[in-house]
Amino acid sequence: MMRTLVLVDHDNQNLGLQTLNTITCAKALGTVDVLVAGENCQDVVNACAQIADVQSVLVADGPGLKQGLAEAVAPVLKSLAENYDALLAPATSLGKNIMPRVAAMLDVQQLSDILAVVNENTFKRAVFAGNAIQTVQSSDPIKVITVRSTAFFTAPMTGGHADVKAVPFMAPPELSKFISTERTVSSRPDLSSSTVVISGGRGVGSKENFALLEKVADHLGAAIGASRAAVDAGFAPNDLQVGQTGKMVAPELYIAVGISGAIQHLAGMKDSRVIVAINSDPDAPIFTIADYGLVADLFEVLPELAAALEE
Amino acid sequence: MKVLVAVKRVVDFNVKIRVRSDGSGVDTSGVKMSMNPYDEIALEEAVRLVEAGIASEIIAVSIGPQGCKDTLRTALAIGASRAIHIVMDEMANPLEPLSVAKVLKAISERERPELILLGKQAIDDDANQTAQMVAALLGWGQGTFASNLEIKDGTATVVREVDGGLETLKLKLPCVISTDLRLNEPRYASLPNIMKAKRKPFETIALEDLGIDTRPRLTVLSTDEPDIRPVGKIVNSVQDLVHKLKTEAKVI
Ligand SMILES: Cc1cc2nc3c(=O)[nH]c(=O)nc-3n(C[C@H](O)[C@H](O)[C@H](O)COP(=O)(O)OP(=O)(O)OC[C@H]3O[C@@H](n4cnc5c(N)ncnc54)[C@H](O)[C@@H]3O)c2cc1C
Ligand SMILES: Nc1ncnc2c1ncn2[C@@H]1O[C@H](COP(=O)(O)O)[C@@H](O)[C@H]1O
Repeated sequence: MMRTLVLVDHDNQNLGLQTLNTITCAKALGTVDVLVAGENCQDVVNACAQIADVQSVLVADGPGLKQGLAEAVAPVLKSLAENYDALLAPATSLGKNIMPRVAAMLDVQQLSDILAVVNENTFKRAVFAGNAIQTVQSSDPIKVITVRSTAFFTAPMTGGHADVKAVPFMAPPELSKFISTERTVSSRPDLSSSTVVISGGRGVGSKENFALLEKVADHLGAAIGASRAAVDAGFAPNDLQVGQTGKMVAPELYIAVGISGAIQHLAGMKDSRVIVAINSDPDAPIFTIADYGLVADLFEVLPELAAALEE
Repeated sequence: MKVLVAVKRVVDFNVKIRVRSDGSGVDTSGVKMSMNPYDEIALEEAVRLVEAGIASEIIAVSIGPQGCKDTLRTALAIGASRAIHIVMDEMANPLEPLSVAKVLKAISERERPELILLGKQAIDDDANQTAQMVAALLGWGQGTFASNLEIKDGTATVVREVDGGLETLKLKLPCVISTDLRLNEPRYASLPNIMKAKRKPFETIALEDLGIDTRPRLTVLSTDEPDIRPVGKIVNSVQDLVHKLKTEAKVI
């Protein structure tokens, strides 16, 4: 049985849901403790204490930790590492930023964005934009891991009764300072965990035209996604980019609209259960992975689709 | 101000790689190789800092077999002042990000740059680690996934692409920055600059001579093709699509 510590993704109020998938992954390795590093993060601590199978919630609560800066959080993880066989975090922007810093501090080669646990030392991960899957064995005495959420179930948020312990931590080094954040506000479900996603590409043509996708999304309770081309052109905010270097999604239903299907885009969505593609070009590569393809002008069929779903 | 830019030679982003059927790896023989796209962005940013009078010198570094020389020549043609090739055996195990970070630390200690620019992710190993690791090893601040960078009064103000939107940080120099796609649009090398690049300083160092332990920590047991999705159907109308999603796929 390994002892594992999971870094909790949160904003001091709410638990980042991908933490739950990471806990499931950690459970496959052994016992699970979690670390909440933040400031005035009691709500998150309470939520974590109730997650099934979490044994201890370690809390580092202080002013320097509010923004989750890597320079501040990495030393906290490092100071706890000797008690654990594996340190894990979701492969969110938080986990991707902090964990390699921790790994280097511990002289460990990190395993990024893992898809499966084979055994205590061996894991599966995707390389080359998901076009190859490697089975890799680590010889490091402690594993530092980021986890692809879509590859693991979410751990139940109830049923646990973990003990809560404050852990000591040092004032962060004065290397970086948080200035501001610009959050994309949306009433839609979170892109990474939504069961339905509808994404638009360059073919959608403008930011205004994304309203056509919004209408369909309203009826399906869907999250909105985008291709890189759509984000680069300013049709959609950067945090909606799906793909090799954007978000990984694997909903029950993924609808790609006006997206050609470049390998970098496919890397982020091809594990969706059902894929629908709407594209006017019958030769668009997206059709090679779609379960249902509709060769049509999106400007004609999106309003039709919204109407059909309304019935 | 000196800027160090790390450039990796990778399989071109347009190539769909082939996995060897015996599970032994990815077939890269005869495949088009290019500079990692994120590193082009890192280099472009460095060149803009020189053009703005903020940086004085750009040192491009690549670690890998002989082919990296081409990547570094491209870097010189785009605007790097000089190149350092840390050469290693083609057949040796590929370097893991931790080892690359150790090499970059060694070069950095020799060159003393105030800024190290890297790509956020190499598109072959998809690791997204090296920048954070170099920052840790040097004890510097890190601005990862940058979509805007401003250098002024000994600080770097960096806008980062994060899950919820954008975040702005101020970092003390020296620091490490990793680039995201929207930081800039890289230029191409012009013919005269390709010619000029041939006269720029080019240093080659054998990896062994750095005295760094770069033995891999990971063993790749097998490399496999991902599961292939069954061939789908073309539907003829929206009605047909909605019907199939309801009755066949049962997703709505
Ligand atoms: C390093 C790197 C990383 C990358 N990472 C990502 C990533 O994470 N995610 C990502 O998405 N991309 C990524 N890309 C970009 C990727 O290579 C493609 O350029 C991008 O996915 C193309 O976006 P698109 O399909 O929207 O645009 P296009 O390829 O231009 O396709 C537009 C499609 O819209 C269709 N269309 C046009 N008009 C209509 C209409 N009226 N009705 C119906 N269909 C229409 C066209 O037939 C076409 O197929 C990356 C590239 C690089 C180099
Ligand atoms: N062999 C290498 N030579 C030069 N730079 C590298 C090398 N490997 C990684 N890098 C740099 O590190 C970045 C991130 O790579 P990775 O952590 O492997 O995803 C790349 O975009 C490069 O800037």
